[in-house]
Amino acid sequence: MGCGIWFCPTDSQKTVCIHTVAVDAHPIRCAIYRQPIPVVASRDRLHPYGNQTGTTMLDKELRSMIGDVKDGRMDRRGFIQRLAAVGLTAPLANQILALGGVAMAEGASTYKPSKRGGGGALKLLWWQGPTLLNPHFATGTKDQDGARLFYEPLACWDPDGNMKLVLAAEIPSIQNGGLAADGKSVTWKLKPGVKWHDGTPFTADDVVFNWEYAKDPATSALTIATLRDITVEKVDDLTVRILFNKPTPFWADAFVGAPNTIIPKHLFKDYMGSKSREAPTNLSPVGTGPYKFVEFKPGDLVRGVINPDYHMANRPYFDSIEMKGGGDAVSAARAVIQTGEYDFGWNIQVEDDVLLRLEKGGKGKTVYAVGGDTEFIALNFTDPNTEVDGERSSMKTKHPLFSDPAVRKALSLLIDRESVKKAIYGRAGRTTANFLNGPEKFVSKNTSWEFSVEKASKILDDAGWKPGADGIREKDGKKLKLVYQTSINGPRQKTQAIVKQACQKAGIDVELKSVVASVFFSSDVGNPDTYSKFYADMEMFQIPLSQPDPSQHMRRYLSNLVATKENKWQGTNFPRWVNKEYDATIQAADGEMDPVKRAALYIKANDLMYQDIVFIPVQHRLKVEAAANNLRPVVSGWANETDNLFDWYREE
Amino acid sequence: MSQYVLRRLLIAIPSLLGISLVLFVVLALAPGDPFSELATNPNVPPEVALALRAKFGLDDPIYLRYLHWLNAMLHGDWGFSFVSRMNVDTLILQRLPTTLYVIGSAQILALLIAIPVGVYAATKPYSLFDQVANTLAFVGFSLPTFFTGILFILIFSVTLDWLPFVYTTDIKGTGIHWVLEMIRQAIMPVAVLGLFQAASMTRFVRSAMLDVIRLDYVTTARAKGIGQRRVIIKHVMRNAMIPVVTLIALQIPAVFGGAIVTEQIFRIPGIGSLLISSILSNDTPVVMAVTFVFACLVVLFNLIADVLYGWLDPRISLR
Repeated sequence: MGCGIWFCPTDSQKTVCIHTVAVDAHPIRCAIYRQPIPVVASRDRLHPYGNQTGTTMLDKELRSMIGDVKDGRMDRRGFIQRLAAVGLTAPLANQILALGGVAMAEGASTYKPSKRGGGGALKLLWWQGPTLLNPHFATGTKDQDGARLFYEPLACWDPDGNMKLVLAAEIPSIQNGGLAADGKSVTWKLKPGVKWHDGTPFTADDVVFNWEYAKDPATSALTIATLRDITVEKVDDLTVRILFNKPTPFWADAFVGAPNTIIPKHLFKDYMGSKSREAPTNLSPVGTGPYKFVEFKPGDLVRGVINPDYHMANRPYFDSIEMKGGGDAVSAARAVIQTGEYDFGWNIQVEDDVLLRLEKGGKGKTVYAVGGDTEFIALNFTDPNTEVDGERSSMKTKHPLFSDPAVRKALSLLIDRESVKKAIYGRAGRTTANFLNGPEKFVSKNTSWEFSVEKASKILDDAGWKPGADGIREKDGKKLKLVYQTSINGPRQKTQAIVKQACQKAGIDVELKSVVASVFFSSDVGNPDTYSKFYADMEMFQIPLSQPDPSQHMRRYLSNLVATKENKWQGTNFPRWVNKEYDATIQAADGEMDPVKRAALYIKANDLMYQDIVFIPVQHRLKVEAAANNLRPVVSGWANETDNLFDWYREE
Repeated sequence: MSQYVLRRLLIAIPSLLGISLVLFVVLALAPGDPFSELATNPNVPPEVALALRAKFGLDDPIYLRYLHWLNAMLHGDWGFSFVSRMNVDTLILQRLPTTLYVIGSAQILALLIAIPVGVYAATKPYSLFDQVANTLAFVGFSLPTFFTGILFILIFSVTLDWLPFVYTTDIKGTGIHWVLEMIRQAIMPVAVLGLFQAASMTRFVRSAMLDVIRLDYVTTARAKGIGQRRVIIKHVMRNAMIPVVTLIALQIPAVFGGAIVTEQIFRIPGIGSLLISSILSNDTPVVMAVTFVFACLVVLFNLIADVLYGWLDPRISLR
């Protein structure tokens, strides 16, 4: 149609504008283009909400395009391509279509083999091996990964965040009646003819059973979090309906993805509630997956063989599978990339120059998957050094230094994200100004970051923080001395050092503190060093975004969820940041069924955090895996590594 | 004799109780939480983790938890792993054969090296052989196993590509092929552990031999015209071995400890790597059980050493 690459006219104040071409005298919207975003915007030009007009434009445009797709005036591919031009990825374009009334497309498959089996053995190396194989008890992703070899969800997420069908026959949409327009229910049709490994047919009863099993607190399932607030009912043998008690814009949570795989009713029905630990099948899964269970040694080995009756055509490719656990990330990288003893290494968090050196060996390479994991520095809004009623970082206090926005602003200018990327994360990191870095649709384009010791110094000078005799700035007898804590982890300690150095130049004294990960992340009420107690001025870590939706992630920072002694520090808002506007935005987003408005709300929430400098994003981290050169793994940043295992194959 | 053994066993009970109490308190006071991984998972609300803590009794007072543990232990229940949700004894038994295989082979290798080298070096003190053996022994026990382990991997796996450095429990194949593969993958860990043990044992054998070789009865035996070989084997070695046997018996629990590092490096699914991963994930019941097994081993091997001592040297009477 002769669209070509266009940008908004430079004199335009809009961030987004539309370019139309006339075809047969009918104006056809060709694409939406946005202005190239300035890499560094100066402080006074930054208006976090200044582009409301841009958002509404996009909104209106999207709406009419959705209409076009619905009426068949525009094909799906065209729609997705157009959205790609404004930086929305295919998965989100699809979700938008689904909620706009057009069925969600299934993720495309890159699977090539034309027959089942014949691929030999697949050897996976998980340096933390699975310790149990019942998905409902999985404490970490490693357990979900292991269980996912045998158990399956209704659908999973592909590398682009598209939904892929596994046990479901079709993706629920408003057209096919799967999705209620009010967002209060979703109906899944199950694939007919699927059998458990022991030959028993898989039916809607199994799905309903999983809900009953997990929602019973006596079972002590961890999936209770996903399943307790919903109702699952059987419509017929191959149809289940999930009812939500409030409009749920992100309906693809229960029974979707590796954390939510389905276990067979006929083998677990006698082991519900407090008897759950006695089930023999806890250790020897009977699932519906591409591989049948052979052997399990906790923390060491999971083994399976091909399931000749697998319900997907020509799959799986490998005749047997082995998941070995133990050791450390560096030697795992070595065993895959350098010596080729294994085909795939999980979660290779190793410094990039080490990986580059190993890759010279030539037997394997690193594989990256983009998700939404952000490594951030959180600032404490309360005073960690004053005790009120036996509680430090109490809500009754204000942080003596950070209550001055100039200090927070100066700090955000002192995090040299580019150096952190260059020196530490390499190919596994991207610099970012945002706390919310994915899915693409929810990523704010209104923000920017900068590293400048001079500007930081100037801001502090202007705010009255003058260097004292020892070179450390002070004001009203308060010295700019900060405690900066994180968990023990090579890259984190190096980042701390980079930040400390920059702060020193600007006259801020930073004391570094590192806490063992098992303590830092523990929910142990008695320990003062947990991240949720936050007895420090700043702390750094990341909270993984485990599904292609930000709702759970962003809800953590509601004002009523602050971590306090009263709630045993179980509140999720650990920076103890209180912002009424943020609360209202998140609450509005929680019930917003319109995908476009919803995305705008989350972008606004991110920008509020940016404005208040609650978090200083350090790096948008990618998943790093190691794979043999001839292996074609399918790894998604939105799912567990084994979630797309049925599509893995080896190039001959 | 049997009375002596019985008495020693009875004395072992209070000491094991004391050990278990200390272990339990230390572990209970140690920071951390088996459910720490949940804390950063936005899908799992904190109250779920809190409910789990309560369910596994982590919020009970320490003395109650200890009494529960003790009571269960007396009934033969080793506890229940938080992390694997299975019985601890199953977990340990599953990993015991591998540990025994690796440690046993290493110990045999160590003896095969230490005794001949030590004895020969002692018969020719300060000779060239003795000097070389001494130097190597010094180097051997100065190099920690985590260093030699990685060095071996770099040389034999990465550079030469002769041996695998990931230990697999399920080797494919049967018969002779299986045996060969089993030996091949054990070469590096066994060599690392065995050579480390051999180094210190060689020094010990040599000095024990030197102590005895100077004694008058050896001179007497020689004066009677008994050949060198017979003097050394029959008269010197037999007496020199008494302290060596004790040492070996007492060292066995320490070997288990030394194997922890080696198991981690080569990914050997033994008790040591179970201990490490359990400590890292704060799986207290497993840590408790494994350390308690080690404590029992120390007590047991002490007893065995004492009994062997009496048997080897009739001058020592056990009462």
